[in-house]
Amino acid sequence: MEFFRIRRDLPLMRHALVFNIISAVTFLAAVFFLATRGLHFSIEFTGGIVMEAQYAKVAEVDKIRTRLDELKLGEIQVQNFGSTRDVVVRLPAPPGTKKDEQTAIVERVFTTMCSAEGGSVTPATTEKGEKRQICKSADGAEPVRQQRVDFVGPQVGRELAVDGAKALAVVIVGIMIYLAIRFEWKFAVAAIIANLHDVIIILGFFAFFQWEFNLTVLAAVLAVLGYSVNESVVIFDRIREAFRRYRKMTTHEVIDHAITSTMSRTIITHGCTQAMVLSMLIFGGPTLHGFAIALTIGILFGIYSSVFVAAAIAMWLGVKREDLIKATPAKDVDPDDPNAGAVV
Amino acid sequence: MNRYPAWKYAIIAIALLVGLIYTLPNFFGEAPAVQVSSAKATLKLDASMAPRVEDILTKAGLKADFVQFEGNSVKARFGDLDAQRKAKDAIGAALNPDPADPSYIVALNLLSRSPHWLTSVRALPMFLGLDLRGGVYFLMQVDMKSALTKKAEALTGDIRTLLRDKNLRHAGITRDANNVEVRFRDRETMTAARNLLTDQLPDLLWVDGQDGSDFKLSGSLKPEAQKRVQDSAITQNITTLHNRVNELGVAEPVIQQQGPDRVVVQLPGVQDTAKAKDIIGRTATLELRMVDDSAEAIAAATGSGPVPFGAERYVERGGAPLIVKRQVVLTGDNLIDAQPGFDQQTHEPNVNLTVDAKGARIMQDVTRENVGKRMAILLFEKGKGEVVTAPVIRSELGSRFQITGRMTTAEANDTALLLRAGSLAAPMEIIEEKTVGPSLGAENITKGFHSVLWGFAAIAAFMCLYYLLFGVFSTLALGFNLLLLLAVLSMLQATLSLPGIAAIALTLGMAIDANVLINERVREELRGGASPQVAIHTGYERAWATILDSNVTTLIAGLALLAFGSGPIRGFAVVHCLGILTSMFSAVVFSRGLVNLWYGRQKKLKSVSIGQVWKPDAGTDAKANGNANAKVPAKT
Repeated sequence: MEFFRIRRDLPLMRHALVFNIISAVTFLAAVFFLATRGLHFSIEFTGGIVMEAQYAKVAEVDKIRTRLDELKLGEIQVQNFGSTRDVVVRLPAPPGTKKDEQTAIVERVFTTMCSAEGGSVTPATTEKGEKRQICKSADGAEPVRQQRVDFVGPQVGRELAVDGAKALAVVIVGIMIYLAIRFEWKFAVAAIIANLHDVIIILGFFAFFQWEFNLTVLAAVLAVLGYSVNESVVIFDRIREAFRRYRKMTTHEVIDHAITSTMSRTIITHGCTQAMVLSMLIFGGPTLHGFAIALTIGILFGIYSSVFVAAAIAMWLGVKREDLIKATPAKDVDPDDPNAGAVV
Repeated sequence: MNRYPAWKYAIIAIALLVGLIYTLPNFFGEAPAVQVSSAKATLKLDASMAPRVEDILTKAGLKADFVQFEGNSVKARFGDLDAQRKAKDAIGAALNPDPADPSYIVALNLLSRSPHWLTSVRALPMFLGLDLRGGVYFLMQVDMKSALTKKAEALTGDIRTLLRDKNLRHAGITRDANNVEVRFRDRETMTAARNLLTDQLPDLLWVDGQDGSDFKLSGSLKPEAQKRVQDSAITQNITTLHNRVNELGVAEPVIQQQGPDRVVVQLPGVQDTAKAKDIIGRTATLELRMVDDSAEAIAAATGSGPVPFGAERYVERGGAPLIVKRQVVLTGDNLIDAQPGFDQQTHEPNVNLTVDAKGARIMQDVTRENVGKRMAILLFEKGKGEVVTAPVIRSELGSRFQITGRMTTAEANDTALLLRAGSLAAPMEIIEEKTVGPSLGAENITKGFHSVLWGFAAIAAFMCLYYLLFGVFSTLALGFNLLLLLAVLSMLQATLSLPGIAAIALTLGMAIDANVLINERVREELRGGASPQVAIHTGYERAWATILDSNVTTLIAGLALLAFGSGPIRGFAVVHCLGILTSMFSAVVFSRGLVNLWYGRQKKLKSVSIGQVWKPDAGTDAKANGNANAKVPAKT
């Protein structure tokens, strides 16, 4: 099998301007949605209480919501997750709320949810010594069961945001330094712009669809940064090699050649990674859902950005043969190069 | 050219073997066990407990797989739940003759089922995170400000004493947050005081100034002293938490420092948050009381008389009874610090105690009148008191004093720890709390496992179809990568969480990149007309530079996550970084090894099984050549 039977180098750079405009538009749209809609931060960032409950029958989210709103506890979110029977309830916890008060809030909320199903709450102890609220209906069935309760201080969230920003800064600076040493600063700049463009677009998607932005999504976003640079590096590597090998080619042609000759690898690699991510999306359940979504967008835009954006930016920045040949000592020159002797 | 020297194969074989051994324990699952640990802070478990437990089990007619002493508990593993329950009852009855006042905690537990020889080479299974196992998680914030204030308060008392001793008149000592301010009427006194204080209290940094007609010295804690105070506060809090958590009989409690002022407490398997919080938040109290040495009291101690009025009977650590007056001289609140050390004259181990200014005044008054008598230090836990030590008062005492005499260094350490265990060095607050049900945990394991399994299967199927034999090699290398990664994680005893599993899946998805790069390169070389052996050689050679570059950039991102991430992000980053390293080894060294083993020996290699190699100028031939083995045309 051979999927990619490309006879001639694709004249991609001829259309560089078009791609850059597309990129700029998506990028600006992402920034626009980030600014207007903002990210829907998870409880880990904002602080509050999360309660997961499982219903015996299909949970009526709207009904639960109206009942809970009557408690006047501020903005309460009720959402399905995983299946139609699983419900996650998010409660804001105003700063300074004591732990006991929070526990009391959870008890009140659960009691309300339970009575909405026609049951009554008893603080029972299971055979394992667990003490938790158990909801029993008149006929002894358990219409709703409390699965998980988290209390998160907003303080933790602020720190996470700061740490996330620091991590992002270190990744950017670290990768730029490495690329500047291994290649040339123009490539470093091009790669970073291309990748930040990816990251902003992922965030833009999360802002547009108001998907929950939690810690695992943050991890995915930062992983995408590394992954996507990876892609650009493979292409840059080829550009450098092509500059050395084909002395007659213009910068345009060299970049076209590099992209075309790595095209097969690009698609196959990303396809494989995507297969893995898809598997996470299908089997991973709600915890890995956001993670897998962020990676999917990251992978798709990663291909696009390194093929059409990074190389194009490097071209606009005016990469020249001399930039790369100078950077590597003569002994590094490929012995197979028929033009190797031409170096004076 | 495609041959590996024997040592390279040896390295691969060793890596494979080590990988297998250390991954193995993860597949055995867990067996029921009984854990015995100490119920009292004053009672320390040692290795002699293991034979004792074994003895009890033999008498009860039960056979344990093994009984071992580890850390500060003894664990016995059993084949089934029935034996476990019986053993718990038998051990509990034998060790705690008085169920109302248990000396030992006998708890049900789970231990890895892996055979003994694996455990003996320290091949242990990975810990499962709370999200996979269920349990309670607390993130606690230590109030460092109050630890520093406490220290400054103590220093204020010291300064007062020092100045009084040297007859240096001051016009007032005040403490403002962590700073101490001393006022003087004239410059000479201030200079003298400054010299004295700099000499005697090296923890403070003094700055002099003038305020109206007064001269003042402002002292602030030096940064290194502050750091020391904070470090010891957090260590002490962790120790105290350990003591308390032990009581819950939790299998593998995790109590770790996170950042400079946070403590993470993970209690796997515990579901009752309220009880856990109650125990973690509880304070043991320390009391200093005088020993009653009247004739009646001595009679009462030997058991020949009633306990006199206004006194109580307590048991000393050695087991001897002691009659102690009811009146409390000091409580643990006044105790600032207890450190083991050595006496400067006799070089015997001792325990140095520091009490605050108020405590010092009381101590001075009480000890002045009671030289030659004994003072008991009692530790109250769960409403029951026990005498930690009851030293004889040798002289009038101040804010700092020491307990000496017939102690070994270990005993001095224990005593100091006990004295400190009474209280937390600084108050702690729970800032984050999580509970995960055990069924949710099991579900998460299945989800994670399926994600990896099906993702791997999809990649393997594609690679084998597209690259044929080279694809098989790549798949084997990917499997080897997974094996190595699991082995390294088990060796490090990393805690596996769901984001960690996601990282494993993602790492595998990304690791295949290296093999795709190599295979594409080899194809390209073949397309360019190279002979199969040359194509393999140069293919690997050229791909290596690209693989290195791309992995280093990914690694930079991983390391940044590791450095700044916390909680789930950190777990993700650890796996991610390790995965990048193992993938470089497996994708390049291991897969090359396989290729060399298969093709390297064939001198006249006509074709390699890497799928169809299509040539632009031979497009029509391509269909004809659509068989498995690409024909390599002669060089033109």
